Amino acid sequence: MYAQMIKSEATQDDPEKLAAFQVRIDAGDKIEPKDWMPEGYRKTLIRQIGQHAHSEIVGQLPEGNWITRAPTLERKAILLAKVQDEAGHGLYLYCAAETLGVTRDELTEMLLDGRMKYSSIFNYPTLTWADMGAVGWLVDGAAIMNQVPLQRTSFGPYSRAMIRICKEESFHQRQGYDIMMKMANGTEAQKRMAQDALNRMWFPSLMMFGPSDAESVHSEQSMSWKIKMNGNDELRQKFVDQTVPQAEFLGLTVPDPDLKWNETKGGYDFTGPDWDEFFDVLRGNGPCNKERLAARNKAWDDGAWVRDGLMAHAEKKRAAKLAAE
Amino acid sequence: MRNEWPLWEVFIRGQHGMSHRHVGSLHAADEEMAIKNARDVYTRRNEGVSIWVVPAHHIAASSPSDTGPLYEPSESKVYRHPTFFDIPDDVGAM
Repeated sequence: MYAQMIKSEATQDDPEKLAAFQVRIDAGDKIEPKDWMPEGYRKTLIRQIGQHAHSEIVGQLPEGNWITRAPTLERKAILLAKVQDEAGHGLYLYCAAETLGVTRDELTEMLLDGRMKYSSIFNYPTLTWADMGAVGWLVDGAAIMNQVPLQRTSFGPYSRAMIRICKEESFHQRQGYDIMMKMANGTEAQKRMAQDALNRMWFPSLMMFGPSDAESVHSEQSMSWKIKMNGNDELRQKFVDQTVPQAEFLGLTVPDPDLKWNETKGGYDFTGPDWDEFFDVLRGNGPCNKERLAARNKAWDDGAWVRDGLMAHAEKKRAAKLAAE
Repeated sequence: MRNEWPLWEVFIRGQHGMSHRHVGSLHAADEEMAIKNARDVYTRRNEGVSIWVVPAHHIAASSPSDTGPLYEPSESKVYRHPTFFDIPDDVGAM
């Protein structure tokens, strides 16, 4: 889940309009940018879609780290395509957020100065090539779990962005699993790397779904507005149930000694992640928080002259064209 | 001072013979760059054979509150659909 702990905004709108709005949502109507919407709906969505977009953009960094060191030219081309997709996904989502009345620059600035967050997962390092496999398999796998139901979200532009993203995302997970298969069936050293990647990525992946529903105070409003479709625990359970057999197929061990199939509930019992670590990462103290934000800030600052230069050039061309007419 | 690249709406023709369809928007300094960016953002998997870009502020749109006056008049005109008319089977394909 790329949007964690989205605080829903209180709304102080006309109760009659609010009720009519809820009727539309309950009837499965899509809300479009020019339609009336509660202020809380608009603000919560800006925060959620913005955080999702930032996650796609910052998410390019841990994988970009390995583009120049991919083991073959084919793997390199594939990884490049995947990272390019992440950029595309970020752009689809920024566009959706912009229809709610926030500008792209405002969103970018809020990421750069820390007012807006991105998913905790991207504050973990990618230490070996096997991490490219684990990220695709687990991180994109967890993201898909959340994004598939979001295709039915009530806000039209968000829903359409999610539909495009989901179409492309399954390539991401499969290429990750493909890397894992290769490594898990490779030399002893490769197998060790694959197991090590799973060991390090497992709990951070479980954190992606956010804290337990019992502690998520903001879920209820978002669920009734259909901007959050499932509970955090429900999705986490689904992810574990789907992923454990995939790990077994690879001959790898999920790093949880208490993991056990529970016949009665028809799912696995498993150990939850360390939530103190999760909150610490959100506060900026993860292994790579500073590096990630520094990289985004540098890219923004270094690109300033390009943005200004191209704008100046476009204006000059426009003026010349006008003069010629 | 803010100097944000303007917003463009992007329309892609999916296959020959189909209309251009709105796919999303993007930022670009001018139309040339908007088309190049649209290529990168919206046609990474052969989704298009032709791209239109339009400055977003040039799009005029109907208002949601006009839905009634605009579309209700056609609701009562069911005779515009061929299935309104009963033609006996004996007449053959029509």
